[in-house]
Amino acid sequence: MTSLRPSLILHGRPYVIPVLLLLVWEITAHSGLVDSKFVPSLEAVARRGWAEIGDGDLGSDLLASLRRDMTGFVVGATLGLSFGLLMGFSALARRLFGPLLLVHRQIALFAWIPLLSAWFGGGEDGKLAFIAMAAFQPTLMNTWRGVANIPPSYRELAAVLTFNRLDFIRTIALPGAMPEIFVGLRSALIYAWIATIGSELLLDISPGLGGRMNEGQQLFEMDLLVFYLFVLGFVGVLLSLFALRLESHLIRWKAR
Amino acid sequence: MARSNRPVPQGSEMSGGTATLPPPAVRPRRRHPGTVRLGNLAIGVAMPIALLALWQASARFNILPEQILPPPQAVIGVLRDGWNDGSLQANTLVSLGRVANGFLAGGVIGLLVGVVLGLSAAWRAMVQPLFLTLAQVPILGWLPILILISGLGDTPKIIAIGWSTFVPVVLNTSQGIAQVPRSLLELGDVLSFSRWSRLRSIILPSAVPQIFTGLREGLANGWQTLVAVELLGSFSGLGYMMAYGRQLFQLEMVLAAVVVVGLIGVLLYLFLGFIERRLLRWQAGRS
Repeated sequence: MTSLRPSLILHGRPYVIPVLLLLVWEITAHSGLVDSKFVPSLEAVARRGWAEIGDGDLGSDLLASLRRDMTGFVVGATLGLSFGLLMGFSALARRLFGPLLLVHRQIALFAWIPLLSAWFGGGEDGKLAFIAMAAFQPTLMNTWRGVANIPPSYRELAAVLTFNRLDFIRTIALPGAMPEIFVGLRSALIYAWIATIGSELLLDISPGLGGRMNEGQQLFEMDLLVFYLFVLGFVGVLLSLFALRLESHLIRWKAR
Repeated sequence: MARSNRPVPQGSEMSGGTATLPPPAVRPRRRHPGTVRLGNLAIGVAMPIALLALWQASARFNILPEQILPPPQAVIGVLRDGWNDGSLQANTLVSLGRVANGFLAGGVIGLLVGVVLGLSAAWRAMVQPLFLTLAQVPILGWLPILILISGLGDTPKIIAIGWSTFVPVVLNTSQGIAQVPRSLLELGDVLSFSRWSRLRSIILPSAVPQIFTGLREGLANGWQTLVAVELLGSFSGLGYMMAYGRQLFQLEMVLAAVVVVGLIGVLLYLFLGFIERRLLRWQAGRS
């Protein structure tokens, strides 16, 4: 790796293309070649963003979305984890639910939106149900896989040491499956976030980032939409950084 | 199912009951959670049948109102009528066509970009951070803007599907190529391979499994996105069928569309598994 010799050029490299793109954008917006309704200038977006921050819209919408996201995530991930452990440990559960879950996984996530909205309504309950379902699948699949992939030698070791079932789960199965469970939780976090935005865009308009973008689309406010796109990217990056941090903290024993 | 083709160490020799414990570093037998053995199939179908019976019973005894859970016959009726007047096939074909277009565009461009990023560390350093950031934005967030710019036609849908294919294809292709074993590359140097034959006979084959993973993820993503974009604003396709049924509170139409979406999903899954086994057959000898 060339980064052994740090220099300004090397450190600046990730910024070259974003800066170039922003420049092209700014020039396009000011050139008069395209309607500023379609390509708002960067300062218009910034002004808009500043106003959104100033009157507290951004704060309250962001908070509403994150709360929705986290509630749905916790519900879905808890269900996914418990069900995944059940599937991993019980052959009967695997035989009973395996094919059903496999088919469920092949049904596109968003196909559930019309059904869930009919069953739970287009308000908060329907949104939460959808977010929870989005978080459920990856947690379940990875927990199941994690438990199923525990090396047979470990199982034999537990048998030799005459572990009871609980001991086996606590000291071998859970720690052994932990890395895979975290892969699942991390993608559940991402899916829950996608589902949050999706449910806010597709179901009833309510406070939240997606609801605000819906308004922006109806009023043709491109500067608002672009600003919220930046917010979405920012939140996405923060969420995945947070998940990575948490993961490396919780399974740090693995590195040793 | 051709289990013998799987490039997995079976690990049966270690369960022979010898006193010495095998080293813990032994690779676990990767059993995919989805694999169902034929013998278990009978118990497997028991559950869906039980659910269907429950559904039928609930309709029969009016446990749930029809607006919440229409009887199975109503769903079958919608499927039959849709098939007979051709609207079901038409909507399905429209949806499949959109996915195919988006997948092709996103897949081809993604492969090219992925190869460039995989081969050049300099480009990777320049593009990867921006790309990863963009990939964090939920695809639906782009849709309001796409719809404002290009209307409710096919263009924004295909762009959205293409982008959701593009992301995993680029990530996996560049990763697969960047992680080609050094020893293989050195072998190529020793044999004084040209740049082209190095790419063709060393780098690409060794990256194929991961490239395929990217394409598979891309197709799954594209299919997901299709349903979302069709729900958000469309006048044809399976997603439209769902949105329409929902608006009229005809849940049998929604359920019929879900059945078709699920069926196509299962077919895609089986098809991709088949392709993957064929494609990776030469790898079976390698462990």
